[in-house]
Amino acid sequence: MARSIHRVLTPANTRSRRGADESRLTQWLLIGIAAVFVGLFLVLPLVSMFYEAFRKGPRAYISALTQESTLDSIRYTLTIAVLVVPLNALFGIAAAWALTRFQFRGKALLTTLIDLPFAISPVVVGVMLIALFGYQGWLGPWLRAHDLKVVFALPGMVLATVFVTFPFVARELIPMMQSQGTEPEQAALTLGASGWQVFWHVTLPSIKWALLYGLILTTARAMGEFGAVFVVSNRIAGEMPIPLWVDNLNADHRGSEAFAVASLLAFLAVCTLTLKAWLESRHQHEEAAGLWTTDSPVVNSGESETAFTPHTPS
Amino acid sequence: MVRPNPEPEETVKRQDKMRRLLPGFRLTLGFTLFYLSVVVLIPMSAMILRGSGIGWDGFWKYVLHPRAIAAYKLSLVASMTAALLNVLFGTLLAWVLVRYTFPGRRLMDALVDVPFALPTAVAGLTLGNLYGPQGWIGQWLAPMGIAGVNSQFGVVIALMFVSLPFVVRTVQPVLESFEQEVEEAAATLGAGRWRTFFRVVLPTLLPSIITGFALAFARALGEFGSIQFVSGSIPFRTEIAPQILIQHLDEHETAGAIAVALFLLIISFLILGTINLIESWARRFQN
Amino acid sequence: MSIELRHISKRFGDITAVRNISFTVGEGELVGLLGPSGGGKTTVLRMIAGLETPTEGDLFVRGRRMNDVPVQTRNIGFVFQGYALFKTMTVFDNIAFGLRIQKQRCADIAARVEELVKTLGLEGLERRFPHQLSGGQRQRVAIARALAPKPNVLLLDEPFGAVDAKIRQELREWLVQLHDELNITTVFVTHDQEEAMEVSNRILIFSRGNLEQLGTPREVYEQPRNEFVARFIGVMNVLEMTVSGGIARLGGLSFPAHGHSEGQTLRIGFRPYAVQVSMSPNEYRHQAILKHTYFLGIMLRLELETPDGLVVRARMSKEDYARLKLEDGMSVSFQIREYRVLAREGEILTPEVSIAHPTVLGEGI
Repeated sequence: MARSIHRVLTPANTRSRRGADESRLTQWLLIGIAAVFVGLFLVLPLVSMFYEAFRKGPRAYISALTQESTLDSIRYTLTIAVLVVPLNALFGIAAAWALTRFQFRGKALLTTLIDLPFAISPVVVGVMLIALFGYQGWLGPWLRAHDLKVVFALPGMVLATVFVTFPFVARELIPMMQSQGTEPEQAALTLGASGWQVFWHVTLPSIKWALLYGLILTTARAMGEFGAVFVVSNRIAGEMPIPLWVDNLNADHRGSEAFAVASLLAFLAVCTLTLKAWLESRHQHEEAAGLWTTDSPVVNSGESETAFTPHTPS
Repeated sequence: MVRPNPEPEETVKRQDKMRRLLPGFRLTLGFTLFYLSVVVLIPMSAMILRGSGIGWDGFWKYVLHPRAIAAYKLSLVASMTAALLNVLFGTLLAWVLVRYTFPGRRLMDALVDVPFALPTAVAGLTLGNLYGPQGWIGQWLAPMGIAGVNSQFGVVIALMFVSLPFVVRTVQPVLESFEQEVEEAAATLGAGRWRTFFRVVLPTLLPSIITGFALAFARALGEFGSIQFVSGSIPFRTEIAPQILIQHLDEHETAGAIAVALFLLIISFLILGTINLIESWARRFQN
Repeated sequence: MSIELRHISKRFGDITAVRNISFTVGEGELVGLLGPSGGGKTTVLRMIAGLETPTEGDLFVRGRRMNDVPVQTRNIGFVFQGYALFKTMTVFDNIAFGLRIQKQRCADIAARVEELVKTLGLEGLERRFPHQLSGGQRQRVAIARALAPKPNVLLLDEPFGAVDAKIRQELREWLVQLHDELNITTVFVTHDQEEAMEVSNRILIFSRGNLEQLGTPREVYEQPRNEFVARFIGVMNVLEMTVSGGIARLGGLSFPAHGHSEGQTLRIGFRPYAVQVSMSPNEYRHQAILKHTYFLGIMLRLELETPDGLVVRARMSKEDYARLKLEDGMSVSFQIREYRVLAREGEILTPEVSIAHPTVLGEGI
């Protein structure tokens, strides 16, 4: 997943004129195809989702959401998120600090390792946990002796979710901290700041938006994870997070209830996207104010000649 | 994946210098390694060791079961089709978003992230409904003889949905940093728009398009949540590889699940390696 | 006549980038477009190339009206500031690009590329990719690529902008040689007046979308049309003076009023080389302290400070400096040999006033 707050948040391209442009007709044709595609493929599923959720009226909607098992699933999901997000935030900050502030052997390997969850199927992650904590797993006998349950219970779901979501914060922070360099931190050290002071007063303020963005992604993904959690869940009503409960309802042909519960997650997704858009405008705003130093392309403006005829200094 | 280290001496010198400069090296690296060990390395080794306990015969019995092979085939073909379609539409979207200004451009840009943000279970649920026989889209497909759900068509649609952003978000930044001058240079040399696109722009975009394809393909290959809702899990027809694994688990055949999981893990590593190769190949043209 | 612009204007929205410009470039000429950034020079170059369309006016190349001719068919060689090489192609393929577009035969393409590789000293680099070349080599590839299809005109945007100072000097000389060799009509853009003076047959000076002056380097230096040109080309001391008692004064310095009435301000400009310095404090009319000497190589720049705190810049050869035994901190005297009254913006300058007889200045002092 080659995303970072930099790339995704690069300001809208403000090229004014290009000497060699497509014809107006071609442009609108391509825009039209893109719009139809996005409309049919991305917007329609969202719209249909909310339509189905409310089709049977608000009363059915509310009763679907307030039944015991739904409330349990919400509790499960929130518990998982509350445990997973801080852990992964801590990991992300530590990993980004180690990877961007120091040179050491095996750095590339470590970077690749952090990308691993993007490559591995979530269901495989679940099987890994079963191999370790299951009845016949490595730690199975020991866990049984102490009457502890990891897989097919909440701890397993938390671990599965941690695995699937741990790269998000790190992935956001690494490019950001790399582009900012270590000079501000070195300056703080020369002024007598301690390690923690450097982190709190210099590093953290400059990465806060990237960190926030990473946290949002982690939360969204932690609440929505299906495959990995599915494998390590006992799939008993009342002991599963929201996505599994949706599946359960759907499998029981309780479609409208499934949509009502799913709409909670869809709402979460819409919130995520809105927050992301807000963060983007925030970022652009601060960038315009010169608060952020990024490697995004410089857009000339003002009375400089390059405002009319952009050319790239090399 | 491990890039060659510079001169050993130099590395040591630089290491010392960097270590002295900023604090927290031991703490952060130690925590990172500890965390990765607990979360990733130990479970993974457990699975690999458990897998090796199955023995080659058992392993192949599970992995090469005809039903499993049919599922791999569908996973491979459907993921490939979805990723290729996404290359087409994703590149088009990236192009339109970067190059043109039009009302709603920012909204369109935000909407590209819907598949990232929407939990796959929700995506599967709504796609299953939308393309179902009574669905808004499915009712138009039915008369044409296309089954929108419980079909391979449905699998492709779901995989395409979940993997679309990978292509767009990989191509977009490359297109953004593409120098306008280069296209103008082609124009002053007499090349028309089409030729400029195919001879100059596309070769430059190609590494990112291939990377986007590989990421989308990898994502599609591992996808399970949404498929659970649209495929109907019909053996030999609409079952995908992760579903074989789940089936083993449901039958309490842990060994089978582990064998298939190992096989999928190896495939994931191969893809990851390929992506790394592509990226280092693409760096060839950077300074 | 190779290129002709008639009353060309270019607007981008509300901003006028180029305002009613007319000029011609003769066949085989080497012309520099000079001006500060934002002056409109690059826009003019891009309009000649067809990368921008003029809002008003007519553009001719070799007698043919080009306004509506697309960039692809103008047969223009354009060298971009950042070179804009095709990253995914080798040096050979870069140079051959335009020829392949014309669907020339392979053998002809190879011959033409080889010829250019020789002319531009790129032997042995044909199989390299742009990222494997140095800055200077990249620029030569960009020029070779532009020249390959035998364009009518060669246009270069800030050709020396992206290389470091030492190579710049070599490149300037090299460009002049190349131009002499190929004798192709060449127009280049620069913001560096020294560069423009050294390389061009003629210079066009732009400021804020206007063509301020057009002439040989010598003309624009010696007969600037207005204050902008006078100040942009070379260094100039500018004094803002007030007329009182029929004489323009500023501190201890005074000049004739040149027809300005009592209380009016007028601006006097003089070049550093017009300032004569003596180590004897009484040889010339004005006293000053030599505050600082800047070594510019063969020439030196002196900064003189008068008792009223005015700073006057003078220029002097190393030999003269040694002969006069000058040193920082010394009390010296100076006089101004030539000066001119600077007109307001847009007005045409009057010729330089030469002070052959110190009495002109001495009058009334």
